[in-house]
Amino acid sequence: MSVRIERRPAPSRLLMAVTPLLAVALTVVTGFLLFLLLGFDAGRALWEFFVVPVSTLYDLAELGVKAAPLIIIATGLALGFRANVWNIGAEGQLTVGALCAGGLALAFWQQEGVWILPVMVVAGVAGGLAWAAIPAFLKTRFGVNEILVSLMLTYVALLLLSTLVYGPLKDPEGFNFPQSRLFSGSAQLPILLEGTRLHLGVPVALAVALTGWVLLARGFIGFQLRVLGLAPAAARYAGFSRGRLTWFCLLASGGLAGLAGAFEVAGPIGQLVPELTPGYGFTAIIVAFLGRLHPLGIIPAGLLVALSYIGGDNAQISVGLPQAVTGVFQGLLLFFLLASDFLFRYRLRLTAGREARA
Amino acid sequence: MDQQVLLPLLLSVIGAATPLLLAAIGELVTEKAGVLNLGVEGMMLSGAVLGFAATVATGSPALGILAAAAGGIALALGFGVLTLTLMANQVAAGLALTIFGIGLSALVGADFVGMPVEPLAKLDLPVLTELPVVGPLLFHHDALVYLSLLLTGGVALFLRRGRGGLVLRAVGESAEAAHSLGYHVVRVRYLAVAFGGLTSGLAGAYLSLSYTPMWAEGMTGGRGWIALALVAFASWRPGRVLLGAYLFGGVGILQLYAQGAGGIGVPSQVMSMLPYVATIVILTVIAAGRWRGRLDAPACLGKPFRPST
Repeated sequence: MSVRIERRPAPSRLLMAVTPLLAVALTVVTGFLLFLLLGFDAGRALWEFFVVPVSTLYDLAELGVKAAPLIIIATGLALGFRANVWNIGAEGQLTVGALCAGGLALAFWQQEGVWILPVMVVAGVAGGLAWAAIPAFLKTRFGVNEILVSLMLTYVALLLLSTLVYGPLKDPEGFNFPQSRLFSGSAQLPILLEGTRLHLGVPVALAVALTGWVLLARGFIGFQLRVLGLAPAAARYAGFSRGRLTWFCLLASGGLAGLAGAFEVAGPIGQLVPELTPGYGFTAIIVAFLGRLHPLGIIPAGLLVALSYIGGDNAQISVGLPQAVTGVFQGLLLFFLLASDFLFRYRLRLTAGREARA
Repeated sequence: MDQQVLLPLLLSVIGAATPLLLAAIGELVTEKAGVLNLGVEGMMLSGAVLGFAATVATGSPALGILAAAAGGIALALGFGVLTLTLMANQVAAGLALTIFGIGLSALVGADFVGMPVEPLAKLDLPVLTELPVVGPLLFHHDALVYLSLLLTGGVALFLRRGRGGLVLRAVGESAEAAHSLGYHVVRVRYLAVAFGGLTSGLAGAYLSLSYTPMWAEGMTGGRGWIALALVAFASWRPGRVLLGAYLFGGVGILQLYAQGAGGIGVPSQVMSMLPYVATIVILTVIAAGRWRGRLDAPACLGKPFRPST
C-alpha cells in the first residue's frame, strides 16, 4: 500500500471554505504548544489572545478599527495577486498616503471646515498611487521586478516619514518629541459609536471589499485579471494588455493602501508619528491569502488577523509575552493555510504496491 | 586620510558586508535552482537568536554557529515542504517565513536582551597577520568572515565547473528538461533551499556574535531584504554578489561616518535611503541597458514544478 497524490480535476469548493478554519485550529494548537515549551502560562495566553478581545463593546469596536486598514489594503492586493502582480510594498504606499494626508492636515491645522477631511482622503489616495506608480512604470517600461522595487520603496517611505517627523513636521511645542502636532477636529474622522474609537473608515472598508467583489466577479477588468493570472497565454491571445493590467493592479492596490494610511492618521492616530502602523501593509498580504484572494473572504480574514493584534497587546500586558508573538501567530496561520491549500487542489489516494511519487 | 582613519573604516566595511554576502550567496544558489525564498530576513533573525542563545548556554561560539546554521536550515526546510512538496505559492510562503521568523526570534530571545557575549575570536595566521596594514586588514578576522569568502568562491566554482552546478542550473532553467533527463528536480531544489537557510543562519550568527555581539529584537534591520535585492543586482553571479555586498556595506558605513563627523547637511535618514534607492536604480539600469540579454534570471524562478507521473 502506498499513498498517491493526484490533482483534482476541479478544486473542491467545500474544502476551499473549510481549510481556513482548519488552518486556524492548527495555529491555535501549535501556539499553545509553543507557549508551553517556552514556559509561559499557555492557557491564560490563549484566553487573552482570542477571548478577551471580543468580550466588551469597546474591544469589538477596536477589532473593527484594526481590521479596517487590513481589509482595505488586502482587497487591493488581492486584485493584483490574482493576476500575478506582486505588490508587496503596501506598507510604503500606506506611509506615503498617510504623509500626504497628514501633511495637508498640518498645513491647515488652525482652520476648521468640512472640506478638510475629503481633501485629506484624496491626498492620501494620491500619495499611495504615486508611490505605486514607480514600480508600475519600472515594471511595464523596463521589466524590473515589482516585488523588489515595491519592497525597497517601503524602506524609503518609512525613512522619509522619519526624516519629516524628526525634522520639518515636528511639533514646535512638543518638547522635542518626534511627532507632529495633533490634527484639528476637522481633520479627524467622525466617531460612529460613542465611547469607542469606531470611525467612519470601518464602514468604508466594508464598502471597499464589496466593490472589489463586484469588480472581480462581474466587471470586465476582473475577468481580465483572472484570465491573466490563470492562463497568461490565453490573455495574450484575447488581446488583454498585460501592461495596462499591471498598471491597474499596482495603482488600485497603491491607492487603497494610501486610503488606509489617510484613515489611520485621521482616525486612531490623529497626528504623524515615526511608526504609524504595526506593519499593516505586510500583514494585509496574509489577510489577502487567508481570504482566498476573494474580497468577501477578506472581511472575516481581516477581523481574525485584527484579533491577533489586539490579543498580542493583551498577552504582552497580562502574561508578559513579547509583542512579536503576534507575528508568530500570523506566520503560522499563513503556513498552515498554504499547506492546507494542497488539500483542495490535490487528493491523496491509497494505492496498492506502486511507489508514491512526491 | 591617514592610516589611523582608513584602516578602521575598511575593517568596518568588511564587517558590514559579511552578513550581506553570506545571506546573498545562499539565496543565489536557491534562486539558481528556480526557487524564490523571500524568507531570508526571517531565517537571518532566527540564526542570530539561536546562535546567541546557544553560545550563552554552552559557552562555545562554535556550537552557537552550528545552532544558527541548523536553525536556518530547519526554517528553510519548512519553506521547502510548503513550496516544493505542497506546491504553495513561493511569494506567500516566503513572506510567511519572514513574519514567522521575526516573531519567533523575538519570542525566543526575550530572555537574552541586553546580555553580553564574548565576540567571536579573530583567527590570526602566522606571519601574515604580522604584516603592516595588509595584516590587520586581511588576516585578522573571525571564522565567519573567511567562511563567507570561501563559500562565495566555492559557489562560483561549483556553478561554473562542477557537474552538480550544471544540474542545479538545469533545474532552475528548465525543470521539465532536467526531469526528463532523470534528475530529481524536487530533491535538488530541497538541497538548494537548505543551503540558502544555512548561509542565512550564519549571516544572522555573524550579526549577533561578531558584528554587534548581543541580541536585540529585529537586529537584522532589513539586511535580509537587501541580500535578496543583491542577488538580482548581481544578475545571479557570485562574483558580482561579492562586489555588491562590499559596495552596499561600504555605503552603509560611509553613512555612519558622515553622521559621526557632524553630518554633511543631510539628515541621517536620507543617507540610510541610499542602499534601497541604489538597488532600484541599478536593477533598472541592468534591465533597461544594453546588458538586457545577459540579465540571467533563472528561467524557472518562482515557478512550481511537479513531476507529471
